[in-house]
Formats: sequence, structure tokens, C-alpha cells
Amino acid sequence: MDEILKIEHLVKTFGTNEVLRDIDFTVSKGDVISIIGSSGSGKSTLLRCINMLEDATGGKILFHGKDILKGEVDEDKYRTKVGMVFQSFNLFNNYTVLDNCMIGQTHVLKRSKEEAREKALEYLSKVGMAQYIKAKPRQLSGGQKQRVAIARALAMDPEVLLFDEPTSALDPEMVGEVLDVMKNLAESGMTMLVVTHEMAFARDVSKRVIYMADGRIEEDDKPEIIFTSPKSPRTRDFLSRFNAKA
Amino acid sequence: MTIAEMNFLQRMLYILQHYGSSLLKGAATTMAIAIICTLLGCIIGFAVGLVQTTEPHKKDGIIKRGILKVVKLILTAYVEVFRGTPMMLQAAFIYYGMSQLFGINLGMWSAAIIIVSINTGAYMAETVRGGILSVDPGQSEGARAIGMSHFQTMMLVILPQALRNIMPQIGNNLIINIKDTCVLSIIGTVELFFTFKSISGALYTYFEAATVTMIIYFILTFVCSRILRYVETKMDGPSNFDLATTDTLAFTSGLTRYDAKKGGTF
Repeated sequence: MDEILKIEHLVKTFGTNEVLRDIDFTVSKGDVISIIGSSGSGKSTLLRCINMLEDATGGKILFHGKDILKGEVDEDKYRTKVGMVFQSFNLFNNYTVLDNCMIGQTHVLKRSKEEAREKALEYLSKVGMAQYIKAKPRQLSGGQKQRVAIARALAMDPEVLLFDEPTSALDPEMVGEVLDVMKNLAESGMTMLVVTHEMAFARDVSKRVIYMADGRIEEDDKPEIIFTSPKSPRTRDFLSRFNAKA
Repeated sequence: MTIAEMNFLQRMLYILQHYGSSLLKGAATTMAIAIICTLLGCIIGFAVGLVQTTEPHKKDGIIKRGILKVVKLILTAYVEVFRGTPMMLQAAFIYYGMSQLFGINLGMWSAAIIIVSINTGAYMAETVRGGILSVDPGQSEGARAIGMSHFQTMMLVILPQALRNIMPQIGNNLIINIKDTCVLSIIGTVELFFTFKSISGALYTYFEAATVTMIIYFILTFVCSRILRYVETKMDGPSNFDLATTDTLAFTSGLTRYDAKKGGTF
């Protein structure tokens, strides 16, 4: 398998607080990995370290074999290859939907306006937002914003997309529309790393599930195994609480 | 009829008839100085505010960090000194100081523009700093996440939003400048207040001259504040938007397809 990201012994501390302890895993092309775990287990910090929004304290993050923490890859270029979708959408408030999806292409990738527009429209229609190209973010609902944010990330043609709890700020009705988009993405072969509390998505859509607890990877396996016969008692405990709720 | 025999309205009319053109000239000077200096002050303010909100990059060496620290210190001193002393004294200090210490005789215009701009810049620096900090940090994370550099993030995403947020404050500064140019009369700038002093000195009609001048000042500031309000609503754009009803896909369908080698597209 084509290896895109390899994380080795990743450590992150905030002061004396160890948030990530010795994280190891690889992301290969076409992987759809869900990262689950209770709040505070370090899931989001892990994603933010991978996208260099946080500085990792130790370890290696290899992108096609090059360590990004040592600056072997240009930070800004690397970020165009590893897209990110945020819990709070983070659409640019001063631009329309269309411009949100074009500005990175024209200014960072230096694509022509026509090409950028074409790409933006293509992805916006994939996420069902092509009608709204003239709207500003403040005029959209949360689910619509998140779909535009996914289109914006896709328009950069990333190799991997990181999702940081993409549906946690949405009401139940909107969760569905965003998950549908993500499911289609996964089926089309996009490589995705999804931090989520949506267990149904983790179980049904992802090809691998990572369960994190206390800054460590407790278990990393196929969803069938994690959800039916987890090896670690902690995973079992976490999922039983989830099952009781559902 | 002499001035002494006139009533209040007649005196005002007399002032307008005889000194109307000087008043207009004074008003024009006041407006020119206020507008030019607010613009220059904004530029200074944006530059200073940008530097002050710049955090050193983690890869920056000790020299770069040191330079940034020194520059920030100098800018903070500038802001504090010019915010903390009266502009009237600053005018006297710079105008007379330049000629006494360096033998440079600043013209009336250049002196006025330098003083008011520097003063406005000091206030604007703090305003811009606040404007930048008021933009949701998620905006810059969103920009960084699609590969924008710090500079691109600032120019394309943060500053336009900060500018919108501080528009009311820029308007405030313009109005303050229209009124505060009156302190320039201390260095002999012939603006509206200077004209008022000449008129009242020549005619001994302080009350009437003050009334006329006040009305002119009020018209200037009121019109400006209305125009700025209009600009603000323009900046916000329409509150409604049109749905794209034509088939946007018509242009694009089939033009891009999944490239298995590049990945990413679906």
C-alpha cells in the first residue's frame, strides 16, 4: 500500500500536561480512519499536530518519508496536501461561498481564475452547495457551512483530508447531510482521517478505527473487530457506554 | 448701519457676506487636513498594528527575534508618547523643535499633515491591534490549513475583516480630526478655527462668529459620519443573496475527473 503519513513516537505536552504519549500509526492511500475516544483523550490535538497547527513536542511525522517536524517539507506546501475540516467550519467570513473555494487555489496553488472557478463549482455541486455560490458564510446554516468547508478543502486536491469533529457543532438534522457528503467522499477513494463522536459513521464507513485514551492509542483495528470484539477492556468500556446511549 | 447697531441675525449675515469665502477656505483646509491625515494615520496604524500583532515564527533565529522585539518596543513608545500628550503641544514641539534644532522650517501644510498623521497613527495603531485580535482565530487557522502564508493570511483574510470591524473607529477618528485640527492654529495654520479667530478679532462679534463657525463644523462632521455609515453598509454587502438558478454544473460536468495517480479528486 502507498504510505502517505507515518507517525512515529509522537509526543505533545502542554506545560507538564502530557496530551499525546508515544503515538504510532500510518495512513496509507485510500484509508478511511476514524479516531474515537472520550473528550480530552488527545484526538483533536493529534490532528492539529499532524496539520502543524500545534507544534509536536517530540517524535516524527513522516510525509512520504520526509519528516515535517524537521522542516524537510515546506510547511505551507505540506498543508495544501493535507487538508483540514474544522469543527467550527472556519469559512472566511469576508468572502462568498465561491470565493472561499477559489482563493486558496488562485493564491496558493497559483491556478488561473477559470480553472479555480471550474474546480470550485465542481466540488460545490458534489456537496450540494452549487446554488449558494453568491452567499456569504453568515447567511448559511451550520450544515451548509460545513459542506462548503469540505468543498474548499477538496478544491486544493489534497492527498489526505483531516476532519476534526466535523459534525459536533451541528444539530442532529444537519449531521446527516454532512455525514452523507463524507460517506460519498470515502467511497470515492479519498484518504480520510476523521476524529468523530459519530459511532455509526466510524462503524459503517471507516476502514479502520483508532480508539484513543489518555493520549495513547489503545486499539487500532478494523471497525468489525473494534465494535464487536475489542481486545482492550477500555475500548469495550467506552463502546458499551456508547451502545447503552444508542 | 454699523456692526454695533445690528441684531444677532444681521451680524451673522454680515459675517457670511464679508467673510464667507475665508470661512469656506478655512473649512476646505480643515477638511483636507482631516481627510489626508486620517488616511495617512490609518496607514501608519495598520503598519504599526500589524507589527505589534506579529508573533515570532518558531524557526526564527535569535537575531530575528531580537530585531522584532526592539522594533515592537520603539513602536510601543511611539504609541504611548503620542497618545499621552496633547496634540497642541506636539504641534508646537515638532514645529518649533524642527527649526530650532535642525534649522528645518516646515511649511504650514507639511507641519500640519505630519503632526496630525503621527497623532492619528498612534491612536489607529491600538485600534488596528484590537481589530486584528477581534477576528476569530479560526479564520487564520482556516487560512493556514489551506496553505496560505502568514502574509497571505493577513492580507486576504484577517485585515479585510479587521478593517470592517474598525470602520466605526476610523469614522470616529476622522470626526475627531476635523475638530482637532483647530489646535493647529497655534502654529499658524489657516484652518476653520483660525478663520474664526480672525473674524472675531476684527469685528469683536465673538458670539455670532462662534455660532457660524460651529454650524460649519457641525455640517462637516455630520455629513462625514453619514457618508461613513453608508460606506459601512456597502462593505457588508447585500443582506440577501441570489441562488444560482442556472445549472452551474453545465460548465463543469465531465471536465474534471478522478485522477487515481494524483488522488484527492473524487
